[in-house]
Amino acid sequence: MIQGVQIELISADRLKNLTGMEKIRTILDSVMLGNVVVLERGLSPDEQSLLVEYTMMEIRPGGFSGIEMETYPGSEAESGGIFAKIFGGRKKPQGRMTVIGPAGQLKMLKIERDRLVAWASLSSGR
Amino acid sequence: MSMFSRAKNRFRRFFQSIFRRSRSRIGIYGPPNAGKTTLANRIVRDCSGDAVGPVSEIPHETRRARRREDVVITGANGNTLALDIVDTPGVTTKIDYHEFLEYGLEQDEAITRAREATEGVAEAMHWLREDINGVIYVMDSTLDPFMQVNIMMVGIIESRDLPVVILANKTDLPDAAPSRIKSAFPQHPVVSVSGLEGTNMDELYDIMTEHFR
Repeated sequence: MIQGVQIELISADRLKNLTGMEKIRTILDSVMLGNVVVLERGLSPDEQSLLVEYTMMEIRPGGFSGIEMETYPGSEAESGGIFAKIFGGRKKPQGRMTVIGPAGQLKMLKIERDRLVAWASLSSGR
Repeated sequence: MSMFSRAKNRFRRFFQSIFRRSRSRIGIYGPPNAGKTTLANRIVRDCSGDAVGPVSEIPHETRRARRREDVVITGANGNTLALDIVDTPGVTTKIDYHEFLEYGLEQDEAITRAREATEGVAEAMHWLREDINGVIYVMDSTLDPFMQVNIMMVGIIESRDLPVVILANKTDLPDAAPSRIKSAFPQHPVVSVSGLEGTNMDELYDIMTEHFR
């Protein structure tokens, strides 16, 4: 039997047609099955806040222990910094490619502005 | 009291009740063990002589948001401001009760702590969207400021247009590098403090009275 980690790559088009709660459920349901989810375009800040809130509600002692999530750090313009404020007002931050996986199974090794290196384990490590 | 004085007081209370601005609720947010409760205690003790809650080196000592109402902050600039201070549990995306066993807790105690912590974090995130008017975001200045939780939380705070003051805490520790936090978040005021020793709190109170007005 082949053992491994399932990686689910979700396109921006697929996410665009979902409501905030549908996005959260899609991600959480997949991660709770042990999958690593890669979003082509990440979540909005409010959706990230909801994801943390609903992740907390799903944590069970001895079972699901939460998520590991990483996004590229945004650039100055994307984060609505001083240049964005001067030129063309406050730009709404766009989500960037995001990796989400089960805590204990996914570990981020390297995070740079345009590069993420992640390591996924077959077991939860407990 | 003359009839005129009574009437004048009634009018004053009536107009105050209409025009008085409700106090701002300032949430103290940050990752676990950044020193949020130590800082909340310091602020409340400096301003009212009381404390908010206990502190511990075990993560998630604060598992329920604690609110202290009507804290009057006075800056060295002479400005004063009345606030409600809300100390929140450390924000995280994962909580495993096994982590608490390493601090010597019994299994039942660790499981209870984990369950309470998950509820507390969920509540804190909900409040950030619904009930908070401003944020003091506390970071441990001995750690990398580019932790995902910091980037995510500052993004959420910015998207809601909430005024924020970032604290580079634990400057009493030898590895503290508050300049890294200042470089990471140049778009926000960053104050270097030691909540434990109470250093540089005057600068924080000055900025709070200007920023949260």
